[in-house]
Amino acid sequence: MAIFLTADSKVVVQGMTGSEGMKHTRRMLDAGTDVVGGVNPRKAGTAVDFGGREIPVFGTVKEAIAATGADVTVVFVPPRFVRDAVDEAVDAGIGLAVVITEGVPVHDTVAFRARAEAAGVRIVGPNCPGLITPGVSNAGIIPADITRPGRIGLVSKSGTLTYQLMYELRDLGFSSCVGIGGDPVIGTTHIDCLQAFQDDPDTDLIVMIGEIGGDAEERAAAYVREHVTKPVVGYVAGFTAPEGKTMGHAGAIVSGSSGTAQAKKEALEAAGVAVGRTPSETARLVRDALAAG
Amino acid sequence: MDLYEYQARELFKKHGVPVLDASVVSDPQAARAAAELLGGRVVVKAQVKTGGRGKAGGVKLADGPEDAARLSRSILGMDIKGHTVGKVMLAQTADIADEFYVSYLLDRTSRTWLAMASREGGMDIEEVAATKPEALAKVPIDPAEGVTEAKAAEIAEAGGLPAETVPALVALWDVFTKEDALLVEVNPLVRTGDGQIIAIDGKVSLDDNARFRHTEHGDYDDPAEGDALEAKARAKGLNYVKLDGTVGIIGNGAGLVMSTLDVVAHYGADPANFLDIGGGASAQVMADGLDVILGDPDVSSVFVNVFGGITACDAVANGIVQALETVELTKPLVVRLDGNNAELGRSILDAAANPLVTQLDTMDGAAQRAAEPARS
Repeated sequence: MAIFLTADSKVVVQGMTGSEGMKHTRRMLDAGTDVVGGVNPRKAGTAVDFGGREIPVFGTVKEAIAATGADVTVVFVPPRFVRDAVDEAVDAGIGLAVVITEGVPVHDTVAFRARAEAAGVRIVGPNCPGLITPGVSNAGIIPADITRPGRIGLVSKSGTLTYQLMYELRDLGFSSCVGIGGDPVIGTTHIDCLQAFQDDPDTDLIVMIGEIGGDAEERAAAYVREHVTKPVVGYVAGFTAPEGKTMGHAGAIVSGSSGTAQAKKEALEAAGVAVGRTPSETARLVRDALAAG
Repeated sequence: MDLYEYQARELFKKHGVPVLDASVVSDPQAARAAAELLGGRVVVKAQVKTGGRGKAGGVKLADGPEDAARLSRSILGMDIKGHTVGKVMLAQTADIADEFYVSYLLDRTSRTWLAMASREGGMDIEEVAATKPEALAKVPIDPAEGVTEAKAAEIAEAGGLPAETVPALVALWDVFTKEDALLVEVNPLVRTGDGQIIAIDGKVSLDDNARFRHTEHGDYDDPAEGDALEAKARAKGLNYVKLDGTVGIIGNGAGLVMSTLDVVAHYGADPANFLDIGGGASAQVMADGLDVILGDPDVSSVFVNVFGGITACDAVANGIVQALETVELTKPLVVRLDGNNAELGRSILDAAANPLVTQLDTMDGAAQRAAEPARS
């Protein structure tokens, strides 16, 4: 068991024939992902050879689903094509769309996210590393060789902090790790992942990584207090970020007095979440909590 | 990207939001000529990307061309909250009967657009929100529907705005969507004595990620804007923010870099900057980044913190070696490499054997070492 991505997930890749798509499709296949096809209208009917595995290219997501039973799409297309690509996948009846692309205009994300929500389709991202269920399946760009299967669930706005924590806790392993992305508007939230990990019998503890901007962490803290009985360990990045400056991620900005790391840390601690001051301390808190549990 | 008031006014005009005639100038002679053309009394307004310019003396009323030139001379070059005034806008005056507030913006919590409207126009809206929240209406907007006439009427009614504002509210929505704005704000939107609706002052913030469909927005770029090191980094395509401390920071991934700043601060030193070389960075990007940081006179040590996910640590190491061939290293450089090809990266740096370069295995250990010069 895991969240969102399981051994049964059949994955198509929109943008598979581009350079990033090729590189990461190969990595996904190596990680055990059941990649069943790519989508590119200009190369429909061809196939791409990934070291002996022929992956067919379909003209549309609809054709790919009809031919393969795919239920997950990973989107690598350039920013200007993301909205159409996601709308197409949603209309074709995909279950989960993982949008890796960085630099998607917010007007596009607001539109395709609302449409996906109305259709009951889960979006992860955009501007995210995707999600991995170690040893089982990998939808996105998270390196599969950092850690092994285990019983910690992880949700994070940041890709490299995800990798850092996976590395610090590599001996313990993870059930699933979800990089939800650093844009101002994203599909799957911290709360969605907390809920799924709480319900997942193979997750014992949840690591939640946040950063400055918005109030997602504060709302997640309220959710933890009401609904999560498993131990949660948190980390928040951006204590030293100045007001009004975007720190790399489009959504990482302190506006006036809102969105600060301090407020997020306090909200999490008030909800009983142990919050580390550094990634290493966060990893120690995880070990302590597991030992106590 | 935030726009100047005069740029916001241009976009309002382009999409049919009613504005007053105006002209933007950068010297007093041009101000005199512009005031002559506009005729009568004119308002001289400092163009700065910050609020509170009225209180700072950056907005003055001139009786005519000579007065406009005199006032422009005093406002140009003025410092308003750290922003130097390089341009003033001269605008016609209006016979103001009522002042309103209206804006469209992103509501991150509900992940959709929000309209805000109030009868308390001309005031600092954050103050209105804090002291008289009931006077500020917030109306969610369905992205698929947008602001139709009916929706604009709903927004106007909720905020206590007269029905005559509806066409302006619809036109303002066009500015918001057709220009890919993240914020459009009119404060005040006025009704004149003879019943006209006019946007007197406004703010627009554009989504830089939408530049591919708005090449014309490139005209708003100001390569020299802000800090000199930030401008240099921007020219090299680097994601850099100048800060006040002394430890130069380079890392990969926004979250890890923010975390690196925090960990350095945790060990008692202040970071000099934020610099994210991104995923899959090449040796050249690393070299460019190091060049910018070593050009910062405030920097007393440098911390390179990379977790190779997609980024290969050998490319990072090669970038450091490449940079040190062209820039003389005069400050300690602490490096922590982990993840993808970390062993190879470490051996490349070992082989280069620069006495000022130290490698440490952990982020905490390396941050502590990098913080030492600042604490001694």
